[in-house]
Amino acid sequence: MTFEGKAVVIDQDDVDTDVMYPGRFIGILDDEEMAKHLFEGLDPSLRDQLTGDTILVAGANFGTGSSRENVPAAMRAAGIRCVIAKSFARIYQRNCINLGLPAIPCPQAVAAARPGSRIRFEVESGAVHVDDQVFQAAPLPPFMVELLGEGGLAPWIRARFGTS
Amino acid sequence: MGLTLAEKILLAHTDADEIAPGDFVMVRCDVVMANDLGGPHAARELVKMGIDRVFDPSKIVIVADHLMPAKDIRAAELLKALKEWCDRQGVMYYDQGRGGIEHTVLVEEGWVVPGSMIVGADSHSCTYGALGAFGTGMGATDIAGAMAIGSFWQIVPGTIVVEFTGKKGAFVTGKDLILALIAEIGVAGATGMALEFVGDGAAALSIDERLAVSNMAVEAGADTGLFPADDVIAEYLDGRTDRPWTAERTDDDAEVASRVRIDLAELSPLLALPHSPGNVVPVSDAVGRKIDQVYIGNCANGTMTDLRQAAEILRGRSVHRNCRAIIVPASQKIYRQALAEGLLDAFVEAGCIVMTPTCGACLGGHSGIIAGGESAITTTNRNFKGRMGSNEAFVHLANAWVAAAAAVAGEIVHPADVVGRAAA
Repeated sequence: MTFEGKAVVIDQDDVDTDVMYPGRFIGILDDEEMAKHLFEGLDPSLRDQLTGDTILVAGANFGTGSSRENVPAAMRAAGIRCVIAKSFARIYQRNCINLGLPAIPCPQAVAAARPGSRIRFEVESGAVHVDDQVFQAAPLPPFMVELLGEGGLAPWIRARFGTS
Repeated sequence: MGLTLAEKILLAHTDADEIAPGDFVMVRCDVVMANDLGGPHAARELVKMGIDRVFDPSKIVIVADHLMPAKDIRAAELLKALKEWCDRQGVMYYDQGRGGIEHTVLVEEGWVVPGSMIVGADSHSCTYGALGAFGTGMGATDIAGAMAIGSFWQIVPGTIVVEFTGKKGAFVTGKDLILALIAEIGVAGATGMALEFVGDGAAALSIDERLAVSNMAVEAGADTGLFPADDVIAEYLDGRTDRPWTAERTDDDAEVASRVRIDLAELSPLLALPHSPGNVVPVSDAVGRKIDQVYIGNCANGTMTDLRQAAEILRGRSVHRNCRAIIVPASQKIYRQALAEGLLDAFVEAGCIVMTPTCGACLGGHSGIIAGGESAITTTNRNFKGRMGSNEAFVHLANAWVAAAAAVAGEIVHPADVVGRAAA
């Protein structure tokens, strides 16, 4: 399984979920509607760079703060396929994986990536290709590989426990 | 090899025979909590999961607090649907006027006991660590999963032992202890870790102060922030809960990731400057900064302890003419107690407004939003850019003494300098 696309770079550490999706929009439950407010407090013009095949590249402790799932839900709806960062805050990283959006720590790949770089993440091997370079991310636990393969926690549970 | 307290709690909630930091485990929950944001979102995810009934209605609790009282039609519709969902599922729902702010309510109402595993659709669910419970925050899909199957996936965290030693001085509170720790280890210093608070300085803290400490464990990136069960916790729980619990401790030979020691005698009242909870300085370094709005409340510092401190400053004094002050008791019970003690009267007389328990302004949702160019000082837990309103506003975090003193002075001031002046 691979996730591939064009890099959009947020070259900052400690980017919190409040600036990525401010509290005043938090009651919105529709993913497409959420996507209209993504990055509102950080840089709304970032939205114009999301072309449907985006690999988001970010700094350290990406997604710190609030547990609001609006952030990865809006990212997915806006065409972000994978997030590669120097490191992640725990809850944001969980939320991404649960929504079938890989959130992969790989500082070397982040250092190599430029806006527009072609990036490919290979789930099984953990290889991150940035243009013509290859970097190795830590392998994911088998459960996470399974979640990503099935599109997230909701389809995973539906397949095993769903009754309706 | 022995185990840490966090490892013992996790192990007791898995089918594993042994666990170590970095292991992947499925963990059973004793309580699953959601508020009026994560709740509706989780209900939607449950439908996607094909789940009609939650795994055990007696283990699920929903609290209206973020959107409550409904700020607009969208919020009203969400609250209405959430109430209906709770009734249909037969789960506990603390509706408007019945509870207050989620973490305070769960602690007050006896849902939280040492050694228990509590997941919440709110990052500050780490607050339950104050009573020795492994409380941890999650998103809505995670919580829906826990509601569906009663368990969740987890990477076993390492443990950072934080030793608080010595006696804290005047105007230093639990808020300052946790701000000092975040300053020391950084806002990602405990990522992949559980914090455990020990030492004579930790043992001497009241439950209210422990809540303030554990609440901001996530601001250092931690999964949770645990106080081991002791007599203070046992006394608090006596008569409050019929849930069984046992006092577990970290084994002497347990392997911990690191140790941090903080001498409380060296601490002065602290302040987190905009726009990070890790941007910590002594209050004395920021004296004179103009303050437009003061906010005393929230799941970290809206307790009776905080309100009594604020009242000691505000009683007989007035909020500065260029400043606004908002008091938000964290629960209905605290609201009534503050009323009975005459604190609310003192606040209103001083020119504060007293809100119903709600998360509203803390997250920039409603009921006290700040404008561009304005500065606030709050007892909340986050001061990210735009957190309480305008992206061009400035939020400072501090304890209730410092916040109340700023309300009187209209600028940041050491509380001793306000108390030293005679009340008007």
